[in-house]
Amino acid sequence: MQEFVELTLGGISDGMIYAAVGLSLVLIWRGTRVLNYAQGGMAMFTSYIAIVVIDAGGSYWLGFVIALASGLLLGAALERVVVRPTAGKPPLNAVIVTIGLLILIEGAAGIIYGSKNRSFPAAYSIVGAKVGNFALGPGSSPTAIFTAASVLAAAGLLALLFRFTPVGLRMRASAFSATVAQLMGVRVGRMTTLGWALAGLIGALAGMLVTPQTFLYPNSMDSIFVLGFTAAVIGGLDSPIGAIVGGLILGVLLNYVTGYVGSNLPELAGLAILVLVLMFRPSGLFASAATRQV
Amino acid sequence: MTEAASLAVTDVVAGYGSVAVLNGVSITVRPGTITAVLGANGAGKTTLLRTISGFVRTRGGRVTLDDVSLTKLAPDHIARIGVAHVPEGQGVITELTVEENLKLGLLLRSRADRAAALNDIYGRFAILADRRRRLASTLSGGERQILVIARALLSAPRVLLLDEPSLGLAPRMVAQVLDLIRRLRDEAGLTVLLVEQNARGALSIADRGVVLNLGKVVAEADADALAADVQLRQHYLGF
Repeated sequence: MQEFVELTLGGISDGMIYAAVGLSLVLIWRGTRVLNYAQGGMAMFTSYIAIVVIDAGGSYWLGFVIALASGLLLGAALERVVVRPTAGKPPLNAVIVTIGLLILIEGAAGIIYGSKNRSFPAAYSIVGAKVGNFALGPGSSPTAIFTAASVLAAAGLLALLFRFTPVGLRMRASAFSATVAQLMGVRVGRMTTLGWALAGLIGALAGMLVTPQTFLYPNSMDSIFVLGFTAAVIGGLDSPIGAIVGGLILGVLLNYVTGYVGSNLPELAGLAILVLVLMFRPSGLFASAATRQV
Repeated sequence: MTEAASLAVTDVVAGYGSVAVLNGVSITVRPGTITAVLGANGAGKTTLLRTISGFVRTRGGRVTLDDVSLTKLAPDHIARIGVAHVPEGQGVITELTVEENLKLGLLLRSRADRAAALNDIYGRFAILADRRRRLASTLSGGERQILVIARALLSAPRVLLLDEPSLGLAPRMVAQVLDLIRRLRDEAGLTVLLVEQNARGALSIADRGVVLNLGKVVAEADADALAADVQLRQHYLGF
Protein backbone atom coordinates (compact mmCIF):
# COMPACT_ATOMS: atom_id res chain seq x y z
CA MET A 1 0.00 0.00 0.00
CA GLN A 2 2.74 2.42 0.99
CA GLU A 3 4.61 1.66 -2.23
CA PHE A 4 1.44 2.21 -4.26
CA VAL A 5 0.84 5.63 -2.71
CA GLU A 6 4.47 6.60 -3.20
CA LEU A 7 4.44 5.52 -6.83
CA THR A 8 1.16 7.28 -7.52
CA LEU A 9 2.23 10.59 -5.97
CA GLY A 10 5.60 10.42 -7.70
CA GLY A 11 3.81 9.65 -10.96
CA ILE A 12 1.58 12.69 -10.60
CA SER A 13 4.58 14.91 -9.99
CA ASP A 14 6.53 13.50 -12.97
CA GLY A 15 3.36 13.54 -15.04
CA MET A 16 2.90 17.26 -14.51
CA ILE A 17 6.31 17.81 -16.11
CA TYR A 18 5.38 15.70 -19.13
CA ALA A 19 2.12 17.65 -19.18
CA ALA A 20 4.01 20.95 -19.34
CA VAL A 21 6.15 19.75 -22.25
CA GLY A 22 3.02 18.35 -23.92
CA LEU A 23 1.20 21.63 -23.39
CA SER A 24 4.00 23.58 -25.05
CA LEU A 25 3.83 21.25 -28.06
CA VAL A 26 0.03 21.58 -28.24
CA LEU A 27 0.24 25.39 -28.17
CA ILE A 28 2.38 25.35 -31.31
CA TRP A 29 0.64 22.46 -33.05
CA ARG A 30 -2.80 24.03 -32.63
CA GLY A 31 -1.77 27.31 -34.16
CA THR A 32 0.53 26.20 -36.94
CA ARG A 33 0.37 22.40 -37.41
CA VAL A 34 4.08 22.32 -36.71
CA LEU A 35 5.53 19.82 -34.28
CA ASN A 36 8.40 21.62 -32.57
CA TYR A 37 11.13 19.01 -32.17
CA ALA A 38 13.36 21.71 -30.69
CA GLN A 39 11.05 22.25 -27.68
CA GLY A 40 13.15 20.07 -25.36
CA GLY A 41 16.38 21.62 -26.58
CA MET A 42 15.01 25.10 -25.95
CA ALA A 43 14.09 24.10 -22.39
CA MET A 44 17.56 22.66 -21.86
CA PHE A 45 19.10 25.92 -23.04
CA THR A 46 16.96 28.13 -20.82
CA SER A 47 17.90 25.89 -17.87
CA TYR A 48 21.57 26.61 -18.64
CA ILE A 49 20.76 30.32 -18.61
CA ALA A 50 19.17 29.82 -15.18
CA ILE A 51 22.15 27.95 -13.76
CA VAL A 52 24.52 30.66 -15.01
CA VAL A 53 22.44 33.27 -13.19
CA ILE A 54 22.24 31.14 -10.04
CA ASP A 55 25.98 30.31 -10.05
CA ALA A 56 26.80 33.98 -10.52
CA GLY A 57 25.18 34.66 -7.18
CA GLY A 58 21.63 35.35 -8.24
CA SER A 59 18.94 33.62 -6.23
CA TYR A 60 17.19 30.47 -7.45
CA TRP A 61 14.08 32.55 -8.12
CA LEU A 62 15.96 35.12 -10.16
CA GLY A 63 17.29 32.27 -12.30
CA PHE A 64 13.78 30.83 -12.51
CA VAL A 65 12.25 34.07 -13.76
CA ILE A 66 15.08 34.73 -16.21
CA ALA A 67 14.75 31.18 -17.59
CA LEU A 68 11.03 31.67 -18.20
CA ALA A 69 11.58 35.07 -19.78
CA SER A 70 14.33 33.64 -22.02
CA GLY A 71 11.96 30.85 -23.05
CA LEU A 72 9.40 33.44 -24.05
CA LEU A 73 11.91 35.42 -26.11
CA LEU A 74 13.55 32.35 -27.60
CA GLY A 75 10.20 30.96 -28.74
CA ALA A 76 9.19 34.25 -30.35
CA ALA A 77 12.56 34.76 -32.03
CA LEU A 78 12.78 31.23 -33.43
CA GLU A 79 9.27 31.42 -34.85
CA ARG A 80 9.83 34.79 -36.45
CA VAL A 81 13.29 34.13 -37.88
CA VAL A 82 13.52 30.42 -38.63
CA VAL A 83 10.06 28.85 -38.67
CA ARG A 84 7.99 31.60 -40.37
CA PRO A 85 9.69 31.10 -43.76
CA THR A 86 8.40 27.49 -43.81
CA ALA A 87 4.75 28.62 -43.67
CA GLY A 88 2.86 27.58 -46.77
CA LYS A 89 5.61 25.12 -47.74
CA PRO A 90 5.32 21.33 -47.51
CA PRO A 91 5.00 20.18 -43.86
CA LEU A 92 8.30 18.30 -44.07
CA ASN A 93 10.13 21.64 -44.32
CA ALA A 94 9.05 22.67 -40.84
CA VAL A 95 9.95 19.22 -39.48
CA ILE A 96 13.47 19.46 -40.90
CA VAL A 97 13.85 23.03 -39.63
CA THR A 98 12.84 22.21 -36.04
CA ILE A 99 15.04 19.07 -35.99
CA GLY A 100 17.88 21.22 -37.33
CA LEU A 101 17.20 23.75 -34.58
CA LEU A 102 17.40 21.00 -31.96
CA ILE A 103 20.82 19.89 -33.25
CA LEU A 104 21.96 23.51 -33.40
CA ILE A 105 20.79 24.34 -29.88
CA GLU A 106 22.30 21.19 -28.36
CA GLY A 107 25.55 21.80 -30.23
CA ALA A 108 25.65 25.42 -29.08
CA ALA A 109 25.02 24.39 -25.47
CA GLY A 110 27.90 21.90 -25.68
CA ILE A 111 30.25 24.55 -27.07
CA ILE A 112 29.23 27.27 -24.61
CA TYR A 113 28.66 25.30 -21.42
CA GLY A 114 30.54 22.03 -21.98
CA SER A 115 29.00 18.59 -22.11
CA LYS A 116 29.56 17.36 -18.55
CA ASN A 117 26.58 16.75 -16.28
CA ARG A 118 25.87 19.64 -13.97
CA SER A 119 23.75 19.34 -10.88
CA PHE A 120 20.77 21.63 -10.76
CA PRO A 121 18.99 23.01 -7.70
CA ALA A 122 15.36 22.26 -6.94
CA ALA A 123 12.92 24.94 -5.86
CA TYR A 124 12.35 23.48 -2.40
CA SER A 125 13.24 20.40 -0.37
CA ILE A 126 12.86 17.07 -2.14
CA VAL A 127 12.19 15.14 1.07
CA GLY A 128 8.78 13.53 1.03
CA ALA A 129 6.15 14.05 3.71
CA LYS A 130 5.14 11.52 6.38
CA VAL A 131 1.76 10.86 7.92
CA GLY A 132 2.66 9.23 11.23
CA ASN A 133 4.94 6.34 10.23
CA PHE A 134 3.51 6.26 6.74
CA ALA A 135 6.04 7.78 4.29
CA LEU A 136 4.47 9.29 1.21
CA GLY A 137 7.71 9.40 -0.79
CA PRO A 138 9.35 12.12 -2.88
CA GLY A 139 6.11 12.68 -4.77
CA SER A 140 4.83 14.48 -1.66
CA SER A 141 7.86 16.73 -1.20
CA PRO A 142 7.50 20.51 -1.28
CA THR A 143 9.27 20.51 -4.65
CA ALA A 144 6.81 17.97 -6.07
CA ILE A 145 3.89 20.03 -4.80
CA PHE A 146 5.45 23.15 -6.31
CA THR A 147 5.86 21.25 -9.60
CA ALA A 148 2.21 20.27 -9.77
CA ALA A 149 1.00 23.66 -8.57
CA SER A 150 3.12 25.68 -11.01
CA VAL A 151 2.13 23.59 -14.04
CA LEU A 152 -1.54 23.75 -13.06
CA ALA A 153 -1.25 27.49 -12.48
CA ALA A 154 0.40 28.01 -15.87
CA ALA A 155 -2.26 25.90 -17.57
CA GLY A 156 -5.01 27.75 -15.70
CA LEU A 157 -3.61 31.15 -16.67
CA LEU A 158 -3.42 30.03 -20.30
CA ALA A 159 -7.02 28.85 -20.14
CA LEU A 160 -8.10 32.24 -18.74
CA LEU A 161 -6.10 34.01 -21.44
CA PHE A 162 -7.70 31.97 -24.21
CA ARG A 163 -11.24 32.10 -22.82
CA PHE A 164 -11.64 35.60 -21.52
CA THR A 165 -9.30 38.03 -23.26
CA PRO A 166 -9.42 39.63 -26.72
CA VAL A 167 -5.93 38.41 -27.51
CA GLY A 168 -6.95 34.88 -26.50
CA LEU A 169 -9.96 35.04 -28.81
CA ARG A 170 -7.72 36.26 -31.62
CA MET A 171 -5.27 33.43 -30.98
CA ARG A 172 -8.01 30.81 -31.05
CA ALA A 173 -9.54 32.28 -34.18
CA SER A 174 -6.14 32.24 -35.89
CA ALA A 175 -5.58 28.64 -34.85
CA PHE A 176 -8.98 27.40 -36.03
CA SER A 177 -9.24 29.41 -39.24
CA ALA A 178 -6.47 31.74 -40.33
CA THR A 179 -8.57 32.95 -43.25
CA VAL A 180 -11.55 33.99 -41.15
CA ALA A 181 -9.23 35.55 -38.59
CA GLN A 182 -7.68 37.67 -41.35
CA LEU A 183 -11.14 38.65 -42.55
CA MET A 184 -11.77 39.95 -39.06
CA GLY A 185 -8.59 42.00 -39.09
CA VAL A 186 -6.52 39.70 -36.88
CA ARG A 187 -2.75 39.85 -37.43
CA VAL A 188 -2.38 36.09 -37.68
CA GLY A 189 1.42 36.17 -37.86
CA ARG A 190 1.63 37.97 -34.52
CA MET A 191 -0.68 35.43 -32.94
CA THR A 192 1.60 32.64 -34.19
CA THR A 193 4.63 34.38 -32.71
CA LEU A 194 2.78 34.79 -29.44
CA GLY A 195 1.86 31.08 -29.45
CA TRP A 196 5.51 30.12 -29.87
CA ALA A 197 6.51 32.57 -27.13
CA LEU A 198 4.03 31.07 -24.67
CA ALA A 199 5.17 27.57 -25.66
CA GLY A 200 8.75 28.64 -25.02
CA LEU A 201 7.74 29.89 -21.59
CA ILE A 202 5.92 26.69 -20.63
CA GLY A 203 8.82 24.62 -21.99
CA ALA A 204 11.27 26.64 -19.90
CA LEU A 205 9.09 25.97 -16.84
CA ALA A 206 9.24 22.23 -17.59
CA GLY A 207 13.02 22.49 -17.88
CA MET A 208 13.34 24.18 -14.48
CA LEU A 209 11.11 21.56 -12.89
CA VAL A 210 12.67 18.42 -14.35
CA THR A 211 16.37 19.27 -14.48
CA PRO A 212 17.00 18.71 -10.74
CA GLN A 213 16.17 15.03 -11.42
CA THR A 214 17.97 14.56 -14.73
CA PHE A 215 21.04 16.78 -14.21
CA LEU A 216 21.84 19.33 -16.88
CA TYR A 217 23.73 18.44 -20.07
CA PRO A 218 23.07 19.23 -23.75
CA ASN A 219 20.85 16.17 -24.28
CA SER A 220 19.22 16.29 -20.86
CA MET A 221 15.74 17.07 -22.21
CA ASP A 222 15.70 14.49 -25.03
CA SER A 223 13.87 11.72 -23.20
CA ILE A 224 11.62 14.24 -21.43
CA PHE A 225 10.68 15.62 -24.83
CA VAL A 226 9.66 12.16 -26.03
CA LEU A 227 7.52 11.65 -22.92
CA GLY A 228 6.00 15.12 -23.27
CA PHE A 229 5.23 14.36 -26.89
CA THR A 230 3.61 11.09 -25.80
CA ALA A 231 1.50 13.01 -23.28
CA ALA A 232 0.38 15.41 -26.00
CA VAL A 233 -0.43 12.53 -28.37
CA ILE A 234 -2.46 10.75 -25.69
CA GLY A 235 -4.42 13.98 -25.37
CA GLY A 236 -4.88 14.34 -29.12
CA LEU A 237 -2.16 16.99 -29.80
CA ASP A 238 -4.92 19.56 -30.21
CA SER A 239 -6.20 19.80 -26.68
CA PRO A 240 -4.44 21.65 -23.84
CA ILE A 241 -6.53 19.80 -21.26
CA GLY A 242 -5.78 16.56 -23.11
CA ALA A 243 -2.05 17.24 -22.74
CA ILE A 244 -2.41 17.72 -18.97
CA VAL A 245 -4.49 14.58 -18.51
CA GLY A 246 -2.22 12.68 -20.91
CA GLY A 247 0.81 13.75 -18.89
CA LEU A 248 -0.77 12.59 -15.63
CA ILE A 249 -1.80 9.21 -17.08
CA LEU A 250 1.66 8.70 -18.52
CA GLY A 251 3.48 9.79 -15.36
CA VAL A 252 1.50 7.47 -13.11
CA LEU A 253 1.70 4.50 -15.53
CA LEU A 254 5.45 4.86 -15.95
CA ASN A 255 5.96 5.08 -12.20
CA TYR A 256 4.03 1.83 -11.75
CA VAL A 257 6.24 0.26 -14.42
CA THR A 258 9.32 1.49 -12.54
CA GLY A 259 8.05 0.22 -9.22
CA TYR A 260 6.40 -3.05 -10.12
CA VAL A 261 8.15 -4.20 -13.31
CA GLY A 262 11.65 -2.85 -13.52
CA SER A 263 13.39 0.41 -12.84
CA ASN A 264 15.15 0.50 -16.20
CA LEU A 265 11.98 0.06 -18.22
CA PRO A 266 10.02 3.35 -18.06
CA GLU A 267 11.58 4.96 -21.13
CA LEU A 268 10.89 1.83 -23.14
CA ALA A 269 7.36 1.71 -21.74
CA GLY A 270 6.87 5.36 -22.70
CA LEU A 271 7.84 4.62 -26.28
CA ALA A 272 5.60 1.53 -26.30
CA ILE A 273 2.64 3.66 -25.13
CA LEU A 274 3.42 6.23 -27.83
CA VAL A 275 3.43 3.53 -30.51
CA LEU A 276 0.23 1.94 -29.17
CA VAL A 277 -1.65 5.24 -29.08
CA LEU A 278 -0.49 6.15 -32.57
CA MET A 279 -1.55 2.72 -33.83
CA PHE A 280 -4.95 2.42 -32.20
CA ARG A 281 -6.04 5.92 -31.27
CA PRO A 282 -4.04 8.29 -33.50
CA SER A 283 -6.33 11.21 -32.75
CA GLY A 284 -5.77 10.73 -29.03
CA LEU A 285 -8.05 9.73 -26.20
CA PHE A 286 -9.62 13.16 -25.92
CA ALA A 287 -9.88 14.36 -29.50
CA SER A 288 -13.29 15.91 -29.97
CA ALA A 289 -13.81 13.83 -33.13
CA ALA A 290 -13.85 17.17 -34.88
CA THR A 291 -13.13 16.69 -38.50
CA ARG A 292 -13.42 20.37 -39.30
CA GLN A 293 -16.61 21.37 -41.00
CA VAL A 294 -16.18 23.89 -43.76
CA MET B 1 -21.56 52.95 -38.09
CA THR B 2 -18.60 54.99 -39.22
CA GLU B 3 -18.81 57.51 -41.99
CA ALA B 4 -19.76 56.06 -45.37
CA ALA B 5 -16.94 55.61 -47.82
CA SER B 6 -16.75 55.25 -51.54
CA LEU B 7 -15.13 52.22 -53.08
CA ALA B 8 -13.49 52.36 -56.48
CA VAL B 9 -12.18 49.47 -58.52
CA THR B 10 -10.26 50.73 -61.55
CA ASP B 11 -9.07 48.62 -64.51
CA VAL B 12 -8.40 45.65 -62.24
CA VAL B 13 -6.80 42.53 -63.69
CA ALA B 14 -6.63 39.62 -61.24
CA GLY B 15 -6.91 35.86 -61.09
CA TYR B 16 -5.38 32.60 -59.95
CA GLY B 17 -2.15 31.18 -61.31
CA SER B 18 -1.75 32.14 -64.94
CA VAL B 19 -5.49 32.52 -65.46
CA ALA B 20 -6.85 36.07 -65.31
CA VAL B 21 -10.41 35.96 -64.01
CA LEU B 22 -10.93 39.72 -64.03
CA ASN B 23 -9.91 41.46 -67.24
CA GLY B 24 -9.91 45.17 -66.61
CA VAL B 25 -12.91 45.62 -64.33
CA SER B 26 -13.92 49.11 -63.19
CA ILE B 27 -16.72 49.68 -60.68
CA THR B 28 -17.45 52.65 -58.46
CA VAL B 29 -19.66 52.33 -55.40
CA ARG B 30 -20.83 55.70 -54.15
CA PRO B 31 -21.03 56.31 -50.40
CA GLY B 32 -24.23 55.11 -48.78
CA THR B 33 -25.44 53.12 -51.77
CA ILE B 34 -25.93 49.48 -52.63
CA THR B 35 -24.37 48.19 -55.85
CA ALA B 36 -25.43 44.73 -57.01
CA VAL B 37 -22.91 42.67 -58.97
CA LEU B 38 -24.72 40.17 -61.14
CA GLY B 39 -23.72 37.53 -63.63
CA ALA B 40 -23.50 33.82 -64.28
CA ASN B 41 -21.23 31.36 -62.50
CA GLY B 42 -17.63 31.98 -63.48
CA ALA B 43 -18.23 35.61 -64.37
CA GLY B 44 -15.71 36.69 -61.72
CA LYS B 45 -18.06 37.99 -59.04
CA THR B 46 -16.44 36.20 -56.11
CA THR B 47 -12.95 36.92 -57.44
CA LEU B 48 -13.87 40.62 -57.55
CA LEU B 49 -14.75 40.59 -53.84
CA ARG B 50 -11.65 38.54 -52.95
CA THR B 51 -9.51 41.03 -54.85
CA ILE B 52 -11.01 44.00 -53.00
CA SER B 53 -10.43 42.32 -49.63
CA GLY B 54 -6.85 41.43 -50.50
CA PHE B 55 -7.04 37.63 -50.79
CA VAL B 56 -6.39 37.76 -54.53
CA ARG B 57 -3.50 39.95 -55.69
CA THR B 58 -4.11 42.41 -58.49
CA ARG B 59 -1.92 42.19 -61.57
CA GLY B 60 -3.04 45.51 -62.84
CA GLY B 61 -5.30 48.39 -61.91
CA ARG B 62 -6.10 49.56 -58.41
CA VAL B 63 -8.64 49.43 -55.60
CA THR B 64 -9.25 52.47 -53.41
CA LEU B 65 -11.42 53.20 -50.39
CA ASP B 66 -12.01 56.94 -50.43
CA ASP B 67 -8.46 58.05 -51.19
CA VAL B 68 -6.65 55.13 -49.57
CA SER B 69 -5.19 52.54 -51.92
CA LEU B 70 -5.98 48.98 -50.85
CA THR B 71 -4.13 47.43 -53.75
CA LYS B 72 -0.99 46.21 -51.97
CA LEU B 73 -2.39 45.72 -48.48
CA ALA B 74 -2.77 42.39 -46.64
CA PRO B 75 -6.32 41.13 -45.98
CA ASP B 76 -6.18 41.77 -42.22
CA HIS B 77 -5.02 45.34 -42.83
CA ILE B 78 -7.86 45.93 -45.30
CA ALA B 79 -10.31 44.58 -42.74
CA ARG B 80 -9.00 46.98 -40.10
CA ILE B 81 -9.39 49.91 -42.51
CA GLY B 82 -13.10 49.10 -42.62
CA VAL B 83 -13.84 46.67 -45.45
CA ALA B 84 -15.98 43.83 -44.12
CA HIS B 85 -16.12 40.83 -46.44
CA VAL B 86 -18.80 38.19 -45.92
CA PRO B 87 -17.58 35.17 -47.90
CA GLU B 88 -19.95 32.79 -49.55
CA GLY B 89 -21.17 29.89 -47.45
CA GLN B 90 -18.24 29.82 -45.03
CA GLY B 91 -16.74 32.17 -42.56
CA VAL B 92 -18.10 30.81 -39.31
CA ILE B 93 -15.48 29.43 -36.94
CA THR B 94 -17.30 26.28 -35.88
CA GLU B 95 -15.04 25.62 -32.86
CA LEU B 96 -16.05 28.93 -31.26
CA THR B 97 -19.40 29.78 -29.72
CA VAL B 98 -21.88 32.03 -31.48
CA GLU B 99 -21.00 34.89 -29.17
CA GLU B 100 -17.26 34.39 -29.62
CA ASN B 101 -17.74 34.59 -33.38
CA LEU B 102 -19.62 37.84 -32.91
CA LYS B 103 -16.95 39.19 -30.57
CA LEU B 104 -14.38 38.80 -33.32
CA GLY B 105 -16.35 41.45 -35.17
CA LEU B 106 -16.63 43.64 -32.09
CA LEU B 107 -12.86 43.69 -31.62
CA LEU B 108 -12.60 45.98 -34.66
CA ARG B 109 -14.93 48.51 -33.08
CA SER B 110 -14.12 51.09 -30.43
CA ARG B 111 -14.41 49.72 -26.92
CA ALA B 112 -17.07 52.16 -25.77
CA ASP B 113 -19.98 51.01 -27.91
CA ARG B 114 -19.26 47.26 -28.08
CA ALA B 115 -21.90 46.21 -25.59
CA ALA B 116 -24.59 48.36 -27.19
CA ALA B 117 -23.73 47.07 -30.65
CA LEU B 118 -23.94 43.46 -29.50
CA ASN B 119 -27.30 44.07 -27.85
CA ASP B 120 -28.55 45.73 -31.00
CA ILE B 121 -27.60 42.68 -33.08
CA TYR B 122 -29.23 40.33 -30.57
CA GLY B 123 -32.34 42.47 -30.86
CA ARG B 124 -32.34 42.14 -34.62
CA PHE B 125 -31.54 38.42 -34.71
CA ALA B 126 -33.29 36.61 -31.88
CA ILE B 127 -31.93 33.34 -33.18
CA LEU B 128 -28.37 34.44 -32.38
CA ALA B 129 -29.39 35.70 -28.95
CA ASP B 130 -31.00 32.35 -28.15
CA ARG B 131 -27.90 30.42 -29.15
CA ARG B 132 -25.17 32.73 -28.02
CA ARG B 133 -23.52 30.15 -25.74
CA ARG B 134 -23.69 27.29 -28.24
CA LEU B 135 -20.90 26.26 -30.53
CA ALA B 136 -21.34 27.69 -34.01
CA SER B 137 -21.06 24.13 -35.35
CA THR B 138 -24.58 23.50 -34.00
CA LEU B 139 -26.12 26.14 -36.29
CA SER B 140 -27.84 25.31 -39.57
CA GLY B 141 -26.50 26.69 -42.84
CA GLY B 142 -28.95 29.58 -42.84
CA GLU B 143 -28.21 30.44 -39.22
CA ARG B 144 -24.49 30.46 -39.97
CA GLN B 145 -25.10 32.88 -42.82
CA ILE B 146 -26.95 35.19 -40.44
CA LEU B 147 -24.10 34.86 -37.94
CA VAL B 148 -21.45 35.85 -40.48
CA ILE B 149 -23.45 38.84 -41.68
CA ALA B 150 -24.11 39.93 -38.11
CA ARG B 151 -20.42 39.59 -37.28
CA ALA B 152 -19.48 41.76 -40.26
CA LEU B 153 -21.98 44.43 -39.14
CA LEU B 154 -20.55 44.39 -35.62
CA SER B 155 -17.17 45.41 -36.99
CA ALA B 156 -18.66 48.83 -37.89
CA PRO B 157 -17.55 48.56 -41.51
CA ARG B 158 -17.24 51.47 -43.92
CA VAL B 159 -17.89 49.13 -46.82
CA LEU B 160 -19.67 45.79 -46.69
CA LEU B 161 -18.86 43.14 -49.31
CA LEU B 162 -21.53 40.45 -49.41
CA ASP B 163 -21.01 37.27 -51.42
CA GLU B 164 -24.29 35.45 -52.07
CA PRO B 165 -25.84 36.28 -48.68
CA SER B 166 -29.11 34.59 -49.65
CA LEU B 167 -27.49 31.30 -50.67
CA GLY B 168 -29.04 28.41 -48.78
CA LEU B 169 -31.45 30.62 -46.85
CA ALA B 170 -35.17 29.96 -46.56
CA PRO B 171 -37.22 32.49 -48.60
CA ARG B 172 -38.42 34.26 -45.46
CA MET B 173 -34.80 34.61 -44.31
CA VAL B 174 -33.79 35.94 -47.74
CA ALA B 175 -36.36 38.69 -47.44
CA GLN B 176 -35.18 39.46 -43.92
CA VAL B 177 -31.54 39.68 -44.95
CA LEU B 178 -32.23 41.86 -47.99
CA ASP B 179 -34.42 44.09 -45.86
CA LEU B 180 -31.66 44.41 -43.28
CA ILE B 181 -29.14 45.43 -45.94
CA ARG B 182 -31.55 48.06 -47.23
CA ARG B 183 -32.15 49.45 -43.75
CA LEU B 184 -28.42 49.61 -43.04
CA ARG B 185 -28.02 51.79 -46.11
CA ASP B 186 -31.04 53.95 -45.34
CA GLU B 187 -30.49 54.37 -41.61
CA ALA B 188 -26.73 54.14 -41.28
CA GLY B 189 -25.54 55.14 -44.74
CA LEU B 190 -23.60 51.92 -45.21
CA THR B 191 -21.86 51.36 -48.55
CA VAL B 192 -22.55 47.87 -49.89
CA LEU B 193 -21.23 45.78 -52.76
CA LEU B 194 -23.62 42.88 -53.10
CA VAL B 195 -22.89 39.78 -55.20
CA GLU B 196 -26.02 37.74 -55.84
CA GLN B 197 -27.31 34.95 -58.05
CA ASN B 198 -30.75 36.08 -56.98
CA ALA B 199 -30.70 39.01 -59.41
CA ARG B 200 -34.32 39.99 -58.92
CA GLY B 201 -33.96 40.23 -55.15
CA ALA B 202 -30.65 42.07 -55.35
CA LEU B 203 -31.91 44.66 -57.86
CA SER B 204 -34.99 45.24 -55.71
CA ILE B 205 -32.86 46.85 -52.99
CA ALA B 206 -29.84 48.07 -54.99
CA ASP B 207 -29.24 51.59 -56.27
CA ARG B 208 -26.93 50.51 -59.06
CA GLY B 209 -26.34 47.23 -60.83
CA VAL B 210 -23.28 45.89 -62.61
CA VAL B 211 -23.36 42.82 -64.84
CA LEU B 212 -20.14 40.83 -65.14
CA ASN B 213 -19.51 38.31 -67.88
CA LEU B 214 -16.24 36.40 -68.32
CA GLY B 215 -14.34 38.90 -66.25
CA LYS B 216 -15.59 42.06 -67.92
CA VAL B 217 -18.31 44.59 -67.09
CA VAL B 218 -20.95 44.16 -69.80
CA ALA B 219 -23.58 46.48 -68.35
CA GLU B 220 -23.77 49.11 -65.64
CA ALA B 221 -26.84 51.17 -64.85
CA ASP B 222 -29.32 52.19 -62.19
CA ALA B 223 -30.90 49.12 -60.65
CA ASP B 224 -34.42 49.78 -61.91
CA ALA B 225 -33.14 50.40 -65.43
CA LEU B 226 -31.29 47.08 -65.37
CA ALA B 227 -34.33 45.29 -64.03
CA ALA B 228 -36.42 46.81 -66.82
CA ASP B 229 -34.02 45.81 -69.61
CA VAL B 230 -35.72 42.70 -70.95
CA GLN B 231 -32.94 41.69 -73.29
CA LEU B 232 -30.23 41.98 -70.66
CA ARG B 233 -32.36 40.10 -68.16
CA GLN B 234 -32.93 37.22 -70.50
CA HIS B 235 -29.36 37.14 -71.74
CA TYR B 236 -27.41 37.43 -68.51
CA LEU B 237 -29.68 37.37 -65.51
CA GLY B 238 -32.15 34.61 -66.27
CA PHE B 239 -35.35 36.17 -65.02
